[in-house]
Amino acid sequence: MNLFAAIGQMLRERIEGAGFVVGLFLRATGSLHYLPRRLRFLLDTAYNAGVRSLPVTLIVAAFAGAILALQTGIELRRFGDTSVLGTITALTMCREMGPFITGVILAATVGSAMAAEIGTMKVSDEITALEVMSVDPVNYLVLPRLVALAVMCPLVTALSNLIGIYGGGIVAEHNLGVSQTLFWDSAHEALISSGMLLPKELYVGLFKALVYGTTIATVSCSAGLRAEGGALGVGLAVQAAVRDSVILIIVFGFIITWFFYFLAG
Amino acid sequence: MIELRLVKKRLGTRQVLDGLTLLVPKGTTYVLMGPSGSGKSVTLRHIIGILKPDSGSVKVDSLDVPAMNREQLMTLRKRMGYLFQNGALINWLTVAENVALPLREHSRLGRREVQERVMEVLRVVRMDHAADLHPSRISGGMKLRTGLARALVTQPEYVLYDEPNAGLDPVMSHQIHELICEVRGTLGVTGLVVTHSRACATICGDQIGILDGGRIAIEGKVAEMTHSDHPLARAFLGAGSD
Repeated sequence: MNLFAAIGQMLRERIEGAGFVVGLFLRATGSLHYLPRRLRFLLDTAYNAGVRSLPVTLIVAAFAGAILALQTGIELRRFGDTSVLGTITALTMCREMGPFITGVILAATVGSAMAAEIGTMKVSDEITALEVMSVDPVNYLVLPRLVALAVMCPLVTALSNLIGIYGGGIVAEHNLGVSQTLFWDSAHEALISSGMLLPKELYVGLFKALVYGTTIATVSCSAGLRAEGGALGVGLAVQAAVRDSVILIIVFGFIITWFFYFLAG
Repeated sequence: MIELRLVKKRLGTRQVLDGLTLLVPKGTTYVLMGPSGSGKSVTLRHIIGILKPDSGSVKVDSLDVPAMNREQLMTLRKRMGYLFQNGALINWLTVAENVALPLREHSRLGRREVQERVMEVLRVVRMDHAADLHPSRISGGMKLRTGLARALVTQPEYVLYDEPNAGLDPVMSHQIHELICEVRGTLGVTGLVVTHSRACATICGDQIGILDGGRIAIEGKVAEMTHSDHPLARAFLGAGSD
């Protein structure tokens, strides 16, 4: 009986948590008209989210592209066809690796910081103080963070894509003997072959980044707002923010890929 | 008028309020005392609508606080000031920005008028010299004074003070007590002060109530309470109790 009660309690908490996240997202997007009043804070958050996390994101992206090219290139060389290395690296980076790497790094750096900051405010009565002053914590704290990450995540992803492909190109030339010209020509061809203004591989990847950014901000702010019990509660909120963000990034990544490449063709 | 009738509230396994009845007439200052954990701050949080009672009624000017929706609560809170135990200042804002926050959010005052009003209130609590500092750079007492300035800047009808002199030296405590008396006298503010301090209670209060076991154990005018033989009154208000 105790086991069932514990499972029931856990399920109830999970459902309540999910409901809180969805409700928070709806309330934040419903208060978009407050954004001009939060411009200063929005720019600060965008700077922290985008510019300050850029070095680590780009280093990881460069090495991810290099590893991708190296691993793929080793197998392709067995078949004597390394000419498609640029194609594979570019498509994988833009469709999946770029947004994924950026999302995970932003969840670990910016998302955790958001949860810690808001969680500390929660346990030290600052959130209550805002409510008492009739300042809605959602439009004051959550909205600027949500918009900042929704904007910065695709921008950082675009740079990650570029640097990742560049990293792959270097490895292709130095370790696999594929010339830079051949690598970049095949990468370019793969990306523009759809004939659209913005290649599908790019816009799907950037859309993923937009969803990831929104998810990280909402989940992290939600974890912070639900923190209770002092420093321990803040620590648990940070843990939950990063864990849930990464899980949702993977789940949404699959759903978006499935939608764009299977359902919508 | 603030009116709580037979309020019960359980937090976790503990019955914090157990039939609390409390009346604060308009224009007066009621001092609520009691042992730590007796539910004094919980009482304040019911009045401001952060907590809802399990049973009983909480009314401000005959408006039923627990029944209010979000918008109605926001309207009510604009008429109230609240001083938190630790000041609860927003960390990334300076002292002046913290005090200006409710004005910037709700008033139609221009930037210069807001600044003038903020500096005026900061001078009253003697924090004008620290206007540009962030909360992490000021002491606990200074945070409390900044919190008080923020509670008063909108010239509210009601102010709820949660331990207004916690962490202050005797000189500054006395100034805060005088300030509480002053806002009642000049602005006609209705106040509810939660404190352990005998000095605070006797200087600021019109009426004193002592909370015990989730309800008011004894209450009365300051003179009655200071001369009462009730053990709690003697413990909190007797000579040497500060």
